[in-house]
Amino acid sequence: MPRLHWEDFTPGQIAECGSRLITRAEIIAFAAEYDPQPMHLDEAAARHSCCILMRMLSDDFIGHASFMGAPGVEEVNWLAPIRPGERIKARATVLETRASRSRPDVGFVKFRFELVNATDQPVMTLIVSPMFGRRASDREGEEPKAASER
Amino acid sequence: MKFFEDIGVGEISDIGRHTFTAEDIKAFATRFDPQPFHLDEALAARSQFGRLCASGWHTACVWMRLLIDFHRREDEGRRARGEAVAQLGPSPGFRDLKWLKPVYVGDTISYATEVVETRPLSSRPDWGMISVRNTGVNQHGEPVMSFISSVLVECREPEARRP
Repeated sequence: MPRLHWEDFTPGQIAECGSRLITRAEIIAFAAEYDPQPMHLDEAAARHSCCILMRMLSDDFIGHASFMGAPGVEEVNWLAPIRPGERIKARATVLETRASRSRPDVGFVKFRFELVNATDQPVMTLIVSPMFGRRASDREGEEPKAASER
Repeated sequence: MKFFEDIGVGEISDIGRHTFTAEDIKAFATRFDPQPFHLDEALAARSQFGRLCASGWHTACVWMRLLIDFHRREDEGRRARGEAVAQLGPSPGFRDLKWLKPVYVGDTISYATEVVETRPLSSRPDWGMISVRNTGVNQHGEPVMSFISSVLVECREPEARRP
């Protein structure tokens, strides 16, 4: 599989990023470590969803991309419970791409990720701008794509 | 948990600390965030982080565990004093999460929360919404993580019945 770089992401791109069956056993195992004695298992599953999404994205495309982590996460919204036994899908939308001014070998890609349930209802959205490495050949003499640097 | 009416903006709670071991960092990353710089010392040395460091989600999950344990200790104290304990409701989410510095093997992170907003809910008079800024600081006094989360907290008295 080709290694994905910053240049491979274009605003407006939408991609499905795999699906995962959320089992009671995995929610209980996560809760035992980080969320002991939750009142409701579906709320625990929602709190677990950032980690689930991270794993799904790693398996789907981050694992073969020049991924360099993210300085943070703009926002996470938990919109609906995630029920044990439910199969959820991850979806990515590229919102914007921006070259780093200080590091010519790095660019930021702003994504909206969604987890959706079997009835296509979003259960969680997450907006984040991770860093990806740039292709060396594409950088020579190029100006940054966007005006501002956060 | 305190009741919504008893929570004031500016209240700060030290909720606990955690030391991250290499074993701990790799076990979390293997399950949820399998990036080379969270899994392998040699690969981490060649990454932008320079050394093995914890997944940012790991740093955040430890915050959640410490917060739950903190609330439980506080509630046990309230029950022992014969005081009523408020229920915590669901959280709509969080925002402005910043991973300010890497958390390396052996780092001890101290976590705190500060109430930044309290808001009654007209749609749900039995509950109020609070927003808190959550922070983690390492043993050198450097902030490593910060974010603002919101959660529903039970009211002592529904708004309609308040004087």
